[in-house]
Amino acid sequence: MSKTRDVLFDPIFNKNPIGLQILGICSALAVTSKLETVVVMCLAVTFVLVGSNVSISLIRKQVPDSIRIIAEITIIATLVIIVDQFLKAYAFAISKQLSVFVGLIITNCIVLGRAEAFAMKNSPGLSALDGIGNGLGYSVVLLIVAFFRELLGAGKLLGFTLLPSINDGGWYMPNGLMLLPPSAFFIIGLLIWGLRTWKTDQAEEEN
Amino acid sequence: MSRDSTTRVLSVAFLLCLVCSILVSAAAVGLSDRQARNKVEEKRKNILQAAGLYRADRSIAEQYAQIEPRIVDLKTAWFSTDIDAATFDSRAAARDPQMSHQIQGNLDVAGIKNRSRYQDIYLVRDGESLKQIILPVYGKGLWSTMYGFISLASDLSTVNGFAFYEHGETPGLGGEIDNPNWKKQWQGKKIYDESGSMRIEVLKGVVDKKSPDAIYQADGLAGATLTARGVGNLLHYWMGEDGYRPFLEKLKEQGVKL
Repeated sequence: MSKTRDVLFDPIFNKNPIGLQILGICSALAVTSKLETVVVMCLAVTFVLVGSNVSISLIRKQVPDSIRIIAEITIIATLVIIVDQFLKAYAFAISKQLSVFVGLIITNCIVLGRAEAFAMKNSPGLSALDGIGNGLGYSVVLLIVAFFRELLGAGKLLGFTLLPSINDGGWYMPNGLMLLPPSAFFIIGLLIWGLRTWKTDQAEEEN
Repeated sequence: MSRDSTTRVLSVAFLLCLVCSILVSAAAVGLSDRQARNKVEEKRKNILQAAGLYRADRSIAEQYAQIEPRIVDLKTAWFSTDIDAATFDSRAAARDPQMSHQIQGNLDVAGIKNRSRYQDIYLVRDGESLKQIILPVYGKGLWSTMYGFISLASDLSTVNGFAFYEHGETPGLGGEIDNPNWKKQWQGKKIYDESGSMRIEVLKGVVDKKSPDAIYQADGLAGATLTARGVGNLLHYWMGEDGYRPFLEKLKEQGVKL
């Protein structure tokens, strides 16, 4: 039982894909200026992770070693295109905001990383849990980043105004930097600092 | 058969590609109607918003019934029936050498290099007379090409509404062109003065409301000088001689009757 639990929950804090492995940073910078887009992005990434982990785990004994990376990428790309098509059909406004970043899930290192490091060696059930766990780990970080960026950058959360901005006749002077990608770097940096202070075994040794 | 034999590699690759391509095609074909509908609805919503007619509580199809799409040939400066307005795509036409018009360098204040000879415009009429005319406009901002609609009242100079529906300007700075308060100020501004010369401009700061020129001026955007300048420039292009101006003047000569 403890192994299943580790597979599911380890990626949230102990082996967070963004916090410890520093993977998937691209989308963490690009789509986090609003919570709403982040929620959709996290669902999309989690769906692709679970789908690719399960399908790759199912065919792991059939796929020849020499073409396994191509096979993994083909499966991931297929899932991403399907997600993209669904968003365009059922969540058009959000898919416009996410623009190319849905397509770029294909190159999100977390997905290929989990396929290669986990799904190729484990059963479909365990791989599914690993996909959910890593999806959660990715989501936790993105949600925290987007929470601060939307609140401080626009004075809103999920589109509801909490801090009325001066432009709209309120008192809050929005921090424009928070809406730009570099601010996500700062927040992720602070998060990693916090995480490694809390879990000291994650800190790298100084040279 | 060993796992890494050539036949094995080829057959696994073939089967995998087959399954994946079926899934992708099924998703693309199955959802394409709905996606196309979304795109059309989105455009219609933008037109209604520019005209100030959009109400969130009513269906777009119902509201769009009052809008009449028409094609204007900017070369003859008059309506054209050569092309079907319902299917016309001016962005594709701008790339098509048969349909596009290259803008001379010194005239190209909007920074768009070429545009379609034909443009799809939208009319709101009151019987025979025109109530509003909605014109598509676009031009370069700081980072991106900004696409929008401007709606003019029947004097063909007073702005009823002006809004962008697609741009990639900096969120919070240039992106404030989407701010409802900023868009609202366009209402009632005039493009041309009594003598017919182009007067509209976007200032760097805030418009002095007491100034006699205030009717031709719009507030700039703090921290987004280049985006605001781009907005002014694209209006100057599209409302100028190389844009809709000859057509608008012809329309005026005819007494704005349709």
